[in-house]
Amino acid sequence: MAECIDELGIQSKTIGIASVGCSVFSYNYFNCDMVQAAHGRAPAVATGVKRADPSKIVFTYQGDGDLAAIGTAETVHSAARGENITVIFVNNAIYGMTGGQMAPTTLPGQVTQTSPYGRDVQTVGYPVKVCEMLSQVDGAAYLERVAVNNVKNLMAAKKAIKKAFQNQIDGKGFSLVEVLSACPTYWSMTPEKALERVASEMIPYYPLGVYKDKYAEEGTK
Amino acid sequence: MADKVLMKGNEALAEAAILAGCRHYFGYPITPQTEVAEYMAKKMPKIGGVFLQAESEIAAINMVIGAAAAGKRVMTSSSSPGVALKSEGLSYLAGCDLPALIVNVQRGGPGLGGIQPGQADYFHATRGAGHGDFHMIVTAPATVQEMIDLVGKSFDLADKYRMPAMLLADGTIGQMMEPVTLTENTSAPIEKPWAVTGYDGSRPRNVVNSLFIQPEDLENLVMERYARYAKIEAEEQMAEEYMTEDADIILVAYGVAARVCRNAIKAAREKGLKVGLIRPITLWPFPKKVMSAAAEKAKAFISVELSMGQMIEDIELAIRCRRPVLLCNRTGGMIPTPAEVLAKIDEAAKIGG
Repeated sequence: MAECIDELGIQSKTIGIASVGCSVFSYNYFNCDMVQAAHGRAPAVATGVKRADPSKIVFTYQGDGDLAAIGTAETVHSAARGENITVIFVNNAIYGMTGGQMAPTTLPGQVTQTSPYGRDVQTVGYPVKVCEMLSQVDGAAYLERVAVNNVKNLMAAKKAIKKAFQNQIDGKGFSLVEVLSACPTYWSMTPEKALERVASEMIPYYPLGVYKDKYAEEGTK
Repeated sequence: MADKVLMKGNEALAEAAILAGCRHYFGYPITPQTEVAEYMAKKMPKIGGVFLQAESEIAAINMVIGAAAAGKRVMTSSSSPGVALKSEGLSYLAGCDLPALIVNVQRGGPGLGGIQPGQADYFHATRGAGHGDFHMIVTAPATVQEMIDLVGKSFDLADKYRMPAMLLADGTIGQMMEPVTLTENTSAPIEKPWAVTGYDGSRPRNVVNSLFIQPEDLENLVMERYARYAKIEAEEQMAEEYMTEDADIILVAYGVAARVCRNAIKAAREKGLKVGLIRPITLWPFPKKVMSAAAEKAKAFISVELSMGQMIEDIELAIRCRRPVLLCNRTGGMIPTPAEVLAKIDEAAKIGG
């Protein structure tokens, strides 16, 4: 993300919105002005910042609990408004900050602190597929799911993130990149095993790819 | 002098916000304050401002946080159940030291309550607007003109002290029409060097944040904030006194209740009872000084409110319980009549007023 901001030469006009979760300290890691938002509210705070000065480049950095559980309404409606912001959504299928509880994106059967017998879809329901869901929202401009489990995917992820920022520069509207990521700590795995799991379990459930590219679609017509 | 115009309270406050330089409004419809949003929807696009109807009260207050963090004069408005939803954001505004105006045109509660006027959010506004140690500046208009005047004042105080300010109105003041004078807010804009406007290396990086993991750091910040609150309590108390000079009995009321009290005082004076009114204009800081001074001479106080005895606690605290404080109240959307207030005045007179 930071590389994309540098390469696009937008650091001095970029405002980041940190969320709640493992992402909470992102305001320490990005060398730009930042606002730390309440849990799930980053897209609403981003809306306020962007509407205050549309010439700024505004991004949110959110995890799966923040974006797909407590902040579902803010996510869906900022997409529906076609809010001209960039949303980076890190999906590692678990709540990391609080110590490994079930997330809205936890896979069926996956063991967590609050699904100790494995996620039972009969009682707690199914994971939320954010890109698929938002692809039905007319206001969303660009939705892509990427993974950071190997070098090839990492390069593709960077390309998608750069596009999500470029879209905002071009005034194209709501862009979201979902990044499938490992959490070795709370998956109780070695980093290597955790990366293998992204490939063997997450990607089959959350297929990679472009779920929506409004302007590309229009361009091909 | 500007001409008088006839305006509804809710529309007057919206226009006053625009005159005070507010160009960003985020809200959600709820009775009895919806006219504020409707007025902003009409006006803002024409003057280069932003009106946005949010998907929820929670989203609206967080949009306010974003625009406030960007250094803009920004507001939201709602009514009781909607303001409760904003509580999360009110705490974050305070924790981030962000100025903003929040209007609560109160209705009856709890729960969905009713849509008639109420004052039962007094505790919420003055004590428990959200989690954690914090205050908001809270003002209470009793006329449509004051609705206008306090909007500008609230924005100025919020900017000066870097904190949220709440205009605590009630459904009556929001819905009634009165002749008013609209004047441009002439106070000089306050610099906001802390705002997130983009980091280019010419100043330190700005981070608007309420998270502090080290308890010593957090305690220090809260202590600093309370030092600011102490200054506000010393310097910003506002109240109107009406016939208090010789009064044995002091009515204390804000908003629509204060209007009822004026009629009751006239009737009481005709009966030979020396009754006056202290009308708090700031509810936080509560006008303790004028209240305490009045307790030197007055023999009894009556809290007249549209709630089950909330402001009465602040009166008792302000006068250190030196005099009896009676309660004259209705709730659930009902308003006390002058006759009901007069009956309470008679009761106070019997116990020594």
